Amino acid sequence: MKAWIAFWGIFYKDLRAYYLKPPNISWGLIFPFAWGAMFLIRSGSGLHGVLSLLPGVMAVSVLFGTTSLLAVTITFEKRARSFDRLLLAPISLHLLMLAKTIGAILFGIANAFVPALIALFLTDLSAIDWGTLLWSVVLIAISSTFLGLFIAVSVREVFEAQTFSNFFRFPMLFLCGLFFPIAKLPLWLRWASYARPLTYGVDAMHTAVTRTGRLPLPLDFALLAAFCALLFLGSLRSIKARWIL
Amino acid sequence: MHPRSRQPAAVPMPRGFSADAGGPEPAIEVRGLVKRFGPVQALAGVDFTVRAGELFGFLGPNGAGKTTTINVLTGLARPDSGTIRVAGIDCSADPKAAQRLIGVVPDESNLYPELTGFENLSFCGALYGMRKREREARARELLETFGLADAGDRRFGGYSKGMQRKLTIAAAIIHQPSILFLDEPTTGIDVASARQIRQLIADLHRSGATIFLTTHYIEEAERLCQRIAFIVAGRIVRTDSLAALMQQAEGRHIVEFSLSATDRDLCRPLTAAFPDLRCESVGAGRLRVESSRPLNIGPLVHFFEEHHLEVTEARKVRPSLEEVFVRITGLETTAMQKEKERATAAQ
Repeated sequence: MKAWIAFWGIFYKDLRAYYLKPPNISWGLIFPFAWGAMFLIRSGSGLHGVLSLLPGVMAVSVLFGTTSLLAVTITFEKRARSFDRLLLAPISLHLLMLAKTIGAILFGIANAFVPALIALFLTDLSAIDWGTLLWSVVLIAISSTFLGLFIAVSVREVFEAQTFSNFFRFPMLFLCGLFFPIAKLPLWLRWASYARPLTYGVDAMHTAVTRTGRLPLPLDFALLAAFCALLFLGSLRSIKARWIL
Repeated sequence: MHPRSRQPAAVPMPRGFSADAGGPEPAIEVRGLVKRFGPVQALAGVDFTVRAGELFGFLGPNGAGKTTTINVLTGLARPDSGTIRVAGIDCSADPKAAQRLIGVVPDESNLYPELTGFENLSFCGALYGMRKREREARARELLETFGLADAGDRRFGGYSKGMQRKLTIAAAIIHQPSILFLDEPTTGIDVASARQIRQLIADLHRSGATIFLTTHYIEEAERLCQRIAFIVAGRIVRTDSLAALMQQAEGRHIVEFSLSATDRDLCRPLTAAFPDLRCESVGAGRLRVESSRPLNIGPLVHFFEEHHLEVTEARKVRPSLEEVFVRITGLETTAMQKEKERATAAQ
């Protein structure tokens, strides 16, 4: 029970200190809107293309929203040594890192539904399987957040976190099937695509929105969950090795 | 005079400061602590015991291993070898259980600049599982005690360094720990704030806490601590009570001479002329002469006159912990002086 008080304390503090700050809220609204408009104009398909673009735009919004914020907040706190205060608290490292990431996960989910909300006014969304879509968004948000965490605990400076994030984010963006169908990629790039969590998230969302996913839904979800576990445990290992010297 | 008797009247401390470490068990027990950072041997077999309810000073120059020791004791660093027991708990086996009992004031004020003083304290209470009502009441009480009640609604980032330091100490005791680690609590702050903080430390100790204090201000240790360990280059060179350490300085008679400008090395001819005296140059035209017997300065003044030097001042120096420190550690007073100057410049 006491550990959960600490958990909610950290979550609430991060909400106040980072996520509910006006610049972040406006960024969380503007960024998905800009992505959506950009892809819609680029596709040239007008409002008919909204539905097919929706999964990709939602996925990208989550990816950038979570990784950007988390990489900065954790690296910044470590740099300012306020993170030491959390490491000194009598709660397990697992719970501590879950508390530090839950805000980013929720921020990412909120980011994802900004394009969905806009699409609601542009096209008919009645065919969407909202349950599957929600689970896809949640798993993408968790995996992207843990990717952000992994990046944050692997660097020392905030600018390094930003640069290192792009090293992961842009290949994901180009290989997840958003710009080019995965089936049309050369074989080695297809392998590279399937080595990234976002590919499975986008695939699951295609299934939910247009029923055009290539992989079975349980496989998408299982692989996303595996990426989440791998990135989280990898991050904890990195913290123990690099921060608790 | 006992150092603590020099303190002004105590400020009222918050209720219920835990004195759980008051049993027969030592509050902190460290044996054979070794820590390396790559090629650097930070701690080379450190041993010491802090008794329950004691204000224990850990004294040494910068880079001696003071912060590394605190980091290892509090779970922020892992020792390469050695054992640490905090209130009887083996820190290697159950670091989180030990962390419940301790409060830590790091050498930098590391609270959250975007939160107010009150929010920072309340958040720190939550980290230790305190319920909202309990931690908010305690936060208000601490703000009052530390003279920050009027600043409680202001952002921590806007506090002066002295206020930040005080709030950092308040945050470390929000959960009423039985053992408090203070790492260089007065470094980099103004004289008045440093004085207030020393008073708060003395009051915390009086209210029952065991305090582990690292500092490179010798007079701070002399004023506050009951027992002191000297650490140099990762090794403890001496651990003793302040009284025992000071006894070593008793019976030493020191006179500091200021001479008309000279850069000559006078210590060699002086000790040749007066073999039972010890001489040290402590700056341009300043000599410190030490003897185990009361010093008769007449022959010394005569000696300087023979060397065509005028004595502008002869000052009897009270033996201090600094003398003991210098003698035991072999560190030059000038080296310590440089550190003080560096710290003052940082203010």
